[in-house]
Amino acid sequence: MHIDTDVCTGHGVCEGIRPDIFEVGDDGIAHLLTEEFTEEDRQDLEDAVDQCPTQALRLER
Amino acid sequence: MTEERLVVVGASLAGLRAVEAARRKGFAGKITLIGAEPHLPYDRPPLSKEFLTTDAEPAYFRAEEALRSDLGVDLRLGTPATALLPGERVVAVGDEEVSYTAAVLATGATARNLRGAPDLRGVHTLRGIDDASAIRAKLAPGVRVVVIGAGFIGSEVACSARRRGADVTVVEAAPVPLVRAVGERLGAACSALHERNGTLVRCGAGVESIEGTESVEGVRLTDGTTLPADLVIVGVGVTPETGWLEGSGLRVDDGVVCDENLATDAPGVYAAGDVARWPNPLFGQQMRLEHWTTAAEQGMLAARNAIRPAEAKECATVPYFWSDLYDSRIQFVGVPEADEIAVVSGDLASDSFLALYRRDDLVIGALGLNQRRAVMKLRQMIGKRARWDEALAAIAS
Ligand SMILES: Cc1cc2nc3c(=O)[nH]c(=O)nc-3n(C[C@H](O)[C@H](O)[C@H](O)COP(=O)(O)OP(=O)(O)OC[C@H]3O[C@@H](n4cnc5c(N)ncnc54)[C@H](O)[C@@H]3O)c2cc1C
Ligand code: SF4
Repeated sequence: MHIDTDVCTGHGVCEGIRPDIFEVGDDGIAHLLTEEFTEEDRQDLEDAVDQCPTQALRLER
Repeated sequence: MTEERLVVVGASLAGLRAVEAARRKGFAGKITLIGAEPHLPYDRPPLSKEFLTTDAEPAYFRAEEALRSDLGVDLRLGTPATALLPGERVVAVGDEEVSYTAAVLATGATARNLRGAPDLRGVHTLRGIDDASAIRAKLAPGVRVVVIGAGFIGSEVACSARRRGADVTVVEAAPVPLVRAVGERLGAACSALHERNGTLVRCGAGVESIEGTESVEGVRLTDGTTLPADLVIVGVGVTPETGWLEGSGLRVDDGVVCDENLATDAPGVYAAGDVARWPNPLFGQQMRLEHWTTAAEQGMLAARNAIRPAEAKECATVPYFWSDLYDSRIQFVGVPEADEIAVVSGDLASDSFLALYRRDDLVIGALGLNQRRAVMKLRQMIGKRARWDEALAAIAS
């Protein structure tokens, strides 16, 4: 999972989907709380990619 | 057996998300995406923001090739659907009939105009690329701009015009801007941003008429004053695009009427985005939202429910919208109809504050100006139906 920090503007939609994975910090952009993902997380991560209003998220397999 | 075919009507945000979600779910049938505009699906929020202040290209979501080959979409652009025949499971596009096994209606909304507004050069509404390009071409230093309506889009256009050096006046019939969206006291606080940035806001001023012969010359207000204008932008809200469904038998009531799962009355037909009205189980009330994130979520959900009705999920969502004004971000989550609104951080006269909305003993909404971190935490709390005192305690900590 990659967050393009130049593009993210901290809408926090990703955090709304998985608060245990994403968090918008005091700097106003999202950070990953973990780098360890399982196959079960895939659908949520894909949802986050699609729902980010700035298309800042990218999922590499 | 007939081949499965998903037909998505409306090739914008909700429609595109529907297509993507169907493929991700492994839908192997045919997908037809029908769009009225000649353009590939593009992002609207920038149109009142960066697009007006820079030479930016329109923000297309995906290249045509990606749509056609990666997603395997039968793409029909520039051809509006003209009717829905639920009995035959057909969407009519002019003379052509496109049959479906499942359908998602995502025709969005169109900008309302002022009743009886004359057809003058220099008077615009703003919903799509063509509107935005026309407005952008006319913005220059010293140009006199009147924005009618101080909702979010009107406010953003005013801000962008100001940035391009235009002289901008916003006129609003209500006593305070943004009342419907965020309530009275906070509407006033948001509009204070305009004044701090040199944009004039005249509230409680109705528009009597738009004056001019071929091109617009001014806007006459009900109090008798006339504001001279070279460019007028009408931002008085939108109407859901349901005209084409007349005669379909589908229930329409300020939007296509859906159930919790976004299903319409017609078998296999779902709706999503600005056009959909549905009962949001989280708030126990009917909603039709005009927000980006809702359109994205609903497009996705409507498609999943349409192709896998047995696993259908409710659309339980906490409304969220944002607006960028000058260098500030306004974010609102939840619903604004509150018993009490409390400012819990910052102060309303400054560039950063956070306000919570209470109904009974629940927190039901939050408005933040430059409070990105807190707002999304609150969105989650509202989604879990957190109590008011819990929310106050969480913010204090
Ligand atoms: C200038 C502007 C700025 C905005 N800024 C923000 C913001 O900052 N934050 C926010 O949360 N939201 C914002 N929004 C709202 C957000 O863009 C919308 O909620 C979102 O676009 C809704 O998506 P949709 O797909 O439901 O509808 P739309 O984007 O309206 O798309 C509907 C599509 O269907 C097509 N169509 C209509 N009738 C037919 C037919 N009969 N057949 C085929 N196609 C048809 C239309 O041409 C259109 O392309 C903004 C909107 C605008 C216009
Ligand atoms: S949804 Fe997108 S813009 Fe918002 S915080 Fe997450 S990555 Fe950033």
